[in-house]
Amino acid sequence: MSAESTHVAMTLSDHLPILQILVPLVSAPLIVLIGSRRLTWSLAFIASVLSFGIAILLLMQVIDGSIISYQIGGWAPPLGIEYRVDATNAFVLLLVTGISTLVLPYARESVKSEIPAKHHTLFYAAFMLCLTGLLGVTITGDAFNVFVFLEISSLSTYVLIAQGSYRDKRALTAAYDYLIMGTIGATFFVIGLGMLYMATGTLNMADLADRIADQGSNRTVRAAFAFIVVGMGLKIAIYPLHLWLPRAYTFAPSAVTVFLAATATKVAIYVLLRFTFSVFQPSFMFEVNTLEFIILPFAILAMFAASFIAIFQNDFKRMLAYSSIAQIGYMLLGISLLTETGLTAAIAHLFNHGITKATLFMGVGILALRSGGSFYNRIQGMGKSMPWTSAAIVIGGLSLIGVPGTAGFISKWVLVEATIEKGWWPLSVLIVLSSLLAVIYVWRVIEVLYLKTPLAGTDYREAPFSMLIPMWIMALACIYFGLATDVTLTASRAAAQGLLAGSAGMM
Amino acid sequence: MRGNNEEHHARFFASFSLAISAVMGIAFASNMFTLFVFYEILTLSTYPLVAHKGTPEAIRGARTYLGILLGTSIGFQLLAVIWTYSITGTLDFTKGGILEGHIAGPAVAVLLALYAFGIGKAALMPFHRWLPAAMVAPTPVSALLHAVAVVKAGVFTMLKVGIYIFGIDFLAETGASEWLMWLAAYSIIAASVIAMTKDNLKARLAYSTISQLSYITLGMALATSMGALGGGMHIAMHAMGKITLFMAAGSIYVATHKTNISQMNGLGKIMPITYGAFFIGALSIIGLPPLGGSWSKWLLILGAADTGQWVMIGVLMVSSLLNVAYLLSIIGRGFFLPLPEGVPTKVTESPLLVWLPPAITAFGTLLLFFYAGVLQEFLMPIVSGY
Repeated sequence: MSAESTHVAMTLSDHLPILQILVPLVSAPLIVLIGSRRLTWSLAFIASVLSFGIAILLLMQVIDGSIISYQIGGWAPPLGIEYRVDATNAFVLLLVTGISTLVLPYARESVKSEIPAKHHTLFYAAFMLCLTGLLGVTITGDAFNVFVFLEISSLSTYVLIAQGSYRDKRALTAAYDYLIMGTIGATFFVIGLGMLYMATGTLNMADLADRIADQGSNRTVRAAFAFIVVGMGLKIAIYPLHLWLPRAYTFAPSAVTVFLAATATKVAIYVLLRFTFSVFQPSFMFEVNTLEFIILPFAILAMFAASFIAIFQNDFKRMLAYSSIAQIGYMLLGISLLTETGLTAAIAHLFNHGITKATLFMGVGILALRSGGSFYNRIQGMGKSMPWTSAAIVIGGLSLIGVPGTAGFISKWVLVEATIEKGWWPLSVLIVLSSLLAVIYVWRVIEVLYLKTPLAGTDYREAPFSMLIPMWIMALACIYFGLATDVTLTASRAAAQGLLAGSAGMM
Repeated sequence: MRGNNEEHHARFFASFSLAISAVMGIAFASNMFTLFVFYEILTLSTYPLVAHKGTPEAIRGARTYLGILLGTSIGFQLLAVIWTYSITGTLDFTKGGILEGHIAGPAVAVLLALYAFGIGKAALMPFHRWLPAAMVAPTPVSALLHAVAVVKAGVFTMLKVGIYIFGIDFLAETGASEWLMWLAAYSIIAASVIAMTKDNLKARLAYSTISQLSYITLGMALATSMGALGGGMHIAMHAMGKITLFMAAGSIYVATHKTNISQMNGLGKIMPITYGAFFIGALSIIGLPPLGGSWSKWLLILGAADTGQWVMIGVLMVSSLLNVAYLLSIIGRGFFLPLPEGVPTKVTESPLLVWLPPAITAFGTLLLFFYAGVLQEFLMPIVSGY
């Protein structure tokens, strides 16, 4: 009897990679079919918790550097579709599912106030599809599969952003903007994949890597790389390709902004990492050139230009959106250093910035819930009436600056270390200088919240617990990961080593 | 606090306690990283204290305060710490320093500059503006945090870096700290001269603090054990003297609501205890025996003589004269000029709990003179034990 049950458990754990996708995927149509408003939320939440559990199990299996390869339907790669889990994407899976599990309780109140009740079922269905897409992009080992899941997540994202239109009609144009830009990005990406297929005749990532290993001078391969980087660049919002992001983040419903800011761009960065290090190799001269002469300058430009723009915003949410673009610059900077420490910094920042921005966007969502907007002159003096929300915003803000004792400090430290290690001094100076810009835009908010006099007749109640608790979990995580650095740094170093070893092994 | 009917007591005292614990953290830190973490916590936890009044002036002052302190520490100190870590692989405070053998040539001076300017709390010119800006804070904050805790955390960090990161011998060998010595000397003189022009009592004391802090930086930059010892002693001596002055200033404010020196004619006659304490504190800052300040200045001068830096001895002497000019003139006004018309001449001291503390600390400066030996023995092994 007991032998049989262990057998069942083993089979289940063998199928974890596909379950990671199936659970949220199946929950989406179920939500629509059941349609009862009370149940939809619970269903979505249960599915998300299950995915989170699966992500934890997967990360535990691969943290030692091993790789899980799962063949869909038993068809062996390169012909069949392969799901491939290593330390890097297990880490991203954990981030995505963790954030979604915390965002859902938060979403319950915030969605209630922002979206008419009859649309709630569809909202949660779209949310779960978006989650499925992001997880699929992350877990798959098949290049074309990346495109498919990318479209699933993108299409559902357009819908989710457009839901903000019940509050502000401009959400519709924001969603439309993103639709156009996102589609262009996806098109570029799929053109790149087409070229790769032309050059190699395969779409499995590992197989691709084998076959293009000696084709560093093949123009088709080079062009493919360019298309893929630009396509993903649009999704990541690399500086000059970022135009969709501020509007999309500003006008989307609060819960959607939290989820997208903490996960969507991060997943896109993961794809970029995967393609630069596992499919293409940093030994290709054209790749090194791209990273050093194109990505690196744009990363620095993002760090400064976007921070400057953030300083002059008068809307808290929009300010955070620009700050996200700046922070993406840090991650790209880490990647373009092409060293283990640099990659560690990028991956750690991906995680740390995810939780930091989640805290802040949750905070701004709560302020907007009570005051009806996120403009500075709307939320001024709310530190007094909503002390808990404001305190969490302060913690998130400090982590955004990179004050010691917060998560943001750790990744910035490693990043500066990486630039020094590489001997690129001026970069270290630039990194700290742009942190100082963060001080300015964060402090504007803190002054608005605490030192301005509250508007007359705005004695708001503190936020409901279902929103406060997720936000405080995030805020405490910012502090926890700022003090207990082992977890993030070990995982991101393992991920970085895995990526570099992968590319070195194929050389 | 209560005497002036200030608001937000809870926020004030919470930040205050946090700041005190951060200072303890700095004092007990056994490596540069821990020290840096608490250094930043100290900056952030004192910000609400400076911005306490919430007036536009307070907000502006607090902005300058935060901007300079956070700007220098993230912009310079963090870089210096990471640089140190990446070349030595450790940040532990070690006797004799950890840098020797890892770095040479002009890079030593550059790294020292990153530290010296990065420790903005030491108020080395040109990064001293935050100190007068922070004077918008309530008086207890000025007294404790800006005469003692924050600035002392700064110079303490400076000494730690000099003694345990670079090592005094290493500094002396490479001569990397010579420019710092000249800069400190410039700070000493320039801040004293500015202090003379300030009419606002707290602003004058603030510039006096900038000048006195540079004594300690100078002690480190002299790169002799005598100088470092003098610097270490001066932390305690100056703290006791300056807190007396600040608390006396607060006492004058509580009793008369006057902030400008030009309005304080004759107040010594009606507030004898406050003015007496101020007088003793001022003498200690000037460095006259039998008060504590004389010892540290003596040691600093010995340190300068050791290295043959005759100019520095001159600087210390001139600075003492300037101290006399800008501190004793306040006393002179208080005791010898007549009170303005219409003010009753009977004694009207501030409440007991306000005038008693400066009287106690004034007595403390006297004690420090006689028990300086204890302090010196305590500091001796740190600076010469290797």
